[in-house]
Amino acid sequence: MKGRDVFYQGNEAVAEAALYAGCRFFAGYPITPSTEVAEFLSRRLPMIGGSFIQMEDEISAMAAVIGASLVGKKSLTATSGPGYSLKMENIGFACMTEVPCVVVNVMRGGPSTGLPTGPSQADVMQARWGTHGDHPAVALAPSSVQEIFTETVRAFNLSERLRTPVSLLTDEIIGHMREKITIPEEGELEIWDRPRPEVPPEDYRPYDTSKGIIPPMADFGMGYRWHVTGLNHDQTGFPTNKPELVQPEEERLLAKITSNLSFIEKYEDVRREGARVGMISYGSSARSCKSALSEALSEGIPVDFLRPVTLWPFPERAAREMADRVDVIIVPEMNLGQMILEVERCAGGRAEVVGVNRADGDPITPAQILQRIREVA
Amino acid sequence: MATVKTQNLEMIKSTRNAPKAEMYVPGHRTCAGCGPALAYRLVAKACGPNSIFLGPTGCMYVANTSYLCGPWATPWTHCQITNGGAVASGIEAAYQVLIRKGKWKGELPNIVVFAGDGGAIDIGLQAMSAMMYRGHDALFVEYDNESYANTGIQTSPATPYGANTTFTPPGKAIPEGKVLFPKDAPQLVIGGHPAVHYVATASVAYPVDLMNKVRKALNYQGPTFLHLHCPCPKGWLFDEAKTVEMAKLAIQTGMWVNYEWEKGEYKYQHTPKEYKGVGEYMKHQTRFKHLKPEHISKMQDFINAKLKAPGKPIAVPVAGPRERA
Repeated sequence: MKGRDVFYQGNEAVAEAALYAGCRFFAGYPITPSTEVAEFLSRRLPMIGGSFIQMEDEISAMAAVIGASLVGKKSLTATSGPGYSLKMENIGFACMTEVPCVVVNVMRGGPSTGLPTGPSQADVMQARWGTHGDHPAVALAPSSVQEIFTETVRAFNLSERLRTPVSLLTDEIIGHMREKITIPEEGELEIWDRPRPEVPPEDYRPYDTSKGIIPPMADFGMGYRWHVTGLNHDQTGFPTNKPELVQPEEERLLAKITSNLSFIEKYEDVRREGARVGMISYGSSARSCKSALSEALSEGIPVDFLRPVTLWPFPERAAREMADRVDVIIVPEMNLGQMILEVERCAGGRAEVVGVNRADGDPITPAQILQRIREVA
Repeated sequence: MATVKTQNLEMIKSTRNAPKAEMYVPGHRTCAGCGPALAYRLVAKACGPNSIFLGPTGCMYVANTSYLCGPWATPWTHCQITNGGAVASGIEAAYQVLIRKGKWKGELPNIVVFAGDGGAIDIGLQAMSAMMYRGHDALFVEYDNESYANTGIQTSPATPYGANTTFTPPGKAIPEGKVLFPKDAPQLVIGGHPAVHYVATASVAYPVDLMNKVRKALNYQGPTFLHLHCPCPKGWLFDEAKTVEMAKLAIQTGMWVNYEWEKGEYKYQHTPKEYKGVGEYMKHQTRFKHLKPEHISKMQDFINAKLKAPGKPIAVPVAGPRERA
């Protein structure tokens, strides 16, 4: 990749990538271990005419991001565990009103205040099911500082194209770890913008899906009438409780994801000849896995490896295929067993699924994973 | 029906005859020269043993509980930074029930929220205000160290104009760092909560005054509010030996005013005969080091306007950030 080399921590990479993606609005609230994202943007955004707002809490930070996005600006907020919980109501509002925005959760131990300075991957199910009601969920889980950069850009792209909030799940390890990364030159990475209306204002219906499942979105001030509401609404945007109008819209929100897997899904799928053991892991835990996998290989145990970069929607097909090939799937994750449930669902009894779990604020070590490989191989 | 409080905590005449018993004891990890820790010691001493303390997330929660022990000789609970006032409301309401049913024979405990500026008037404002509105018999203390210190010195609504924090870095685009003027915490409480009859401000520079205001607040039935000026050497960047000196300078320059508001009447304490310029206070603190004379004089104008009617909403509203030249 052509570009500028820097020595960044993950949180700085998020902020730099947001600017690259065209984000010009940040609203946030201090919380460990994500505060550096806001600190970086409090310096940089004023220099380029953007807006940095420190809000009174996490709820209002999420709300301000929705407000800025309604005006047409790509918007970001960053937080960690307890703050992510507070944002949930407004994440649901953004899902329902189809307002693009990106939420970074630098995961730390929990529940509650938990381990503010220790890593965890215990918010992965919250990223899927945290807000109430049936709702679409897109969450990305990068494994390195360079990947944090590219996935932050992709988070904005997906959010814009799908018109839905996207969560970027990092953790205290890669949030604070420094690595050399390349900031790509302008134009090197594709940047997507939300679809905007091409019809005259009088013909605009904000949730009109006649030309596609994702309706064009008018910015406030463009002259288009758009009733924005958290209530269930029909294609005009006005509230409805007619069953025949409510259910199709609910289904469409989910279909925005399921019918666009081709560009939403992203994973690393390493297959090795003769593997009877598979492994599925994500985020910083996947780094320990890679070390354990090469060690296992040198001991003569080939292990297949699936690393979802897009965590939600979960790469079901790739997981099912792994279950068809191997006898056992190991799922290392820094929680007491969350994505393992999804893997078990995909395996459907065709392969045994076992976890390597750690929720004590320390990373899972390659030795722990290797031990489990030896046990099951 | 709410119980009638019978306690009448005596006023303290001097530091010498302050209670010997410490309720905030060794076993914490606060910074050298910590203003909030000093304030906590004085508040807890004045409260005495029949007290329950609540710690919304902040440095007086985190730094106090890092050694697998708590420095409180009384019951204490952590609560989330959003909701000190709400947890206090629950504790107080439960005691009222116990007392009403005769299951708690003693005096209603002193229920004291010890919240930072964020936990009091930013993220914690809603719960604090609702506690005041519903009239719970509890004391809400805002220990004001003028920043989000626990997360590494970010600005808060109590941070003064011109301060350099990690969220308000001065630079070419925004030379003064923080451009906003702070919220007036006691005025928020006084102005909008008819159930509150006692609000006071105090400073760690005047410990007897501080302790007596705590006792006065506790003797009142119903919600009360104390706003405490607590210099923070780490956040404001000054010599940690000078915490009390900094607190005194704040009063001598008008950057802080000690007063009581009791059922609509204001009384002022420690008013200097002549105020020093605010620069005399600001020059000791590296958080203001980047400021130019015009910024200092903007601060002076703000303070002058406030001092025309100290303890009341300022007569001349300051310009908002959008009105900057």
